[in-house]
Amino acid sequence: MKPDRRRTHTRIVRLTHWVATAAMLCMIGSGWQIYNASPILPFTFPPWATLGGWLAGGIAWHFAAMWVLMAAGLVYLAHGFASGHFRRDIRPQGVRRTAQDFALALRLRLHHRAGAYNAVQRLFYTGVLVVAVLAVLSGLAIWKPVQLGWLSWLLGGYDIARRIHFTMMALIVAFLIVHLTLVAIVPSTLVGMITGGRRIPDSDRTQPRIQP
Amino acid sequence: MNRPIIDRAAIAPDLRRIERRLMLKHALSLGGLAMLSGCVLDDNAGIERALATALRFTDRMQALLFSRARLARTFPHSALTTPFPFNAYYGIDAVRTVDAGQWRLELSGLIADRRPWSLSQFRALPQESQITRHICVEGWSAIGAWSGVPLATFLRHVGADLRAKYVMFRCFDDYSTSIDMATALHPQTIMALDYDGRSLPPAYGAPMKIRIPTKLGYKNPKYVAALEVTNKFPGGYWEDQGYDWFGGS
Repeated sequence: MKPDRRRTHTRIVRLTHWVATAAMLCMIGSGWQIYNASPILPFTFPPWATLGGWLAGGIAWHFAAMWVLMAAGLVYLAHGFASGHFRRDIRPQGVRRTAQDFALALRLRLHHRAGAYNAVQRLFYTGVLVVAVLAVLSGLAIWKPVQLGWLSWLLGGYDIARRIHFTMMALIVAFLIVHLTLVAIVPSTLVGMITGGRRIPDSDRTQPRIQP
Repeated sequence: MNRPIIDRAAIAPDLRRIERRLMLKHALSLGGLAMLSGCVLDDNAGIERALATALRFTDRMQALLFSRARLARTFPHSALTTPFPFNAYYGIDAVRTVDAGQWRLELSGLIADRRPWSLSQFRALPQESQITRHICVEGWSAIGAWSGVPLATFLRHVGADLRAKYVMFRCFDDYSTSIDMATALHPQTIMALDYDGRSLPPAYGAPMKIRIPTKLGYKNPKYVAALEVTNKFPGGYWEDQGYDWFGGS
């Protein structure tokens, strides 16, 4: 592959995307199982949406998926920083540009171009990455409030960290809904995340232009 | 109340229908989706084995992360959760009691002096107090005030083999659990005789509860009747049913 003709998504991005997706779905399903054992809000999740069958099963799934999610996350983050993927493709673009693209998106006039993210997508992906990292950190804080006492303290103590963990889950679920809706609108993005998409010259990766 | 007589043959078709519906629902659940993406959907035994292996890995990581020098946070008396919740694998009506004067802690395993201990003998040893957070595996937590004999002090006193791997507790309410030696020797691991300045009430495990603020609630046995030091993996009431053995916090 010539350096100036890259696929939409690199092999590492695709691999970590799908491994983390599987792990995250397991985390959510088993997390709901654990939540149901002692709810902090006046509702529980329907049993059919939970994973593990009972509390011990939910915990076993949660711990197993946790290692997979952390491993995929670390590989993805290391690759994103080292390859320049974050700096080049994901980094948000400032208030004005983001506001412009938001306005276009709301009028359904923001166009999607393979290999180049608009300012709304950049904000969205940066946001969910920060949320995912916070979900893992708050999870560690409530799992290890003694051994990782500093982390628990940083997040306001055991009880607040538990609420942060729940909130991050809710934000990830909200992201999933929007993300899947957009994939349904532009189905070729799903193909791209599986096969890598076609090779795109770097010169074509400029920001999507506002359509006249 | 009369129990209705159930004709199994008559309800079998209905049961099968319900079972099919439940299976379909499960297949559509998040878990089903997640499993479709990687694991073999119908190989339950394989999944169970994989989860058990992952749990053992998690326990090894927990043991690595554990430090005997790291202390659980302590709280002022004003932070106590009142009333401290009762919790066991049975309801509060089923709490069992013993005569404190007759009670003895039986000792076995890798201990030099295995004579049983009475409550007054424990009272004669130096006592430690702590106000710490009890965290249940279910997620809720409560702050309580316990005092009693540090387990490390007792183990040294009776000549326990401190290089052994496990300390096992058996209780007279048919509960049991076991901990690693590193946690047994942690300065905040105490054989609690008092709650908030008074002898442990029956609901909190009279006459002795092992209070371990570096472990989840199910690793804090109440109604303790026997202690064993061993190198053979001892398991426990909940651990044998699938909860992770280390249960550290």
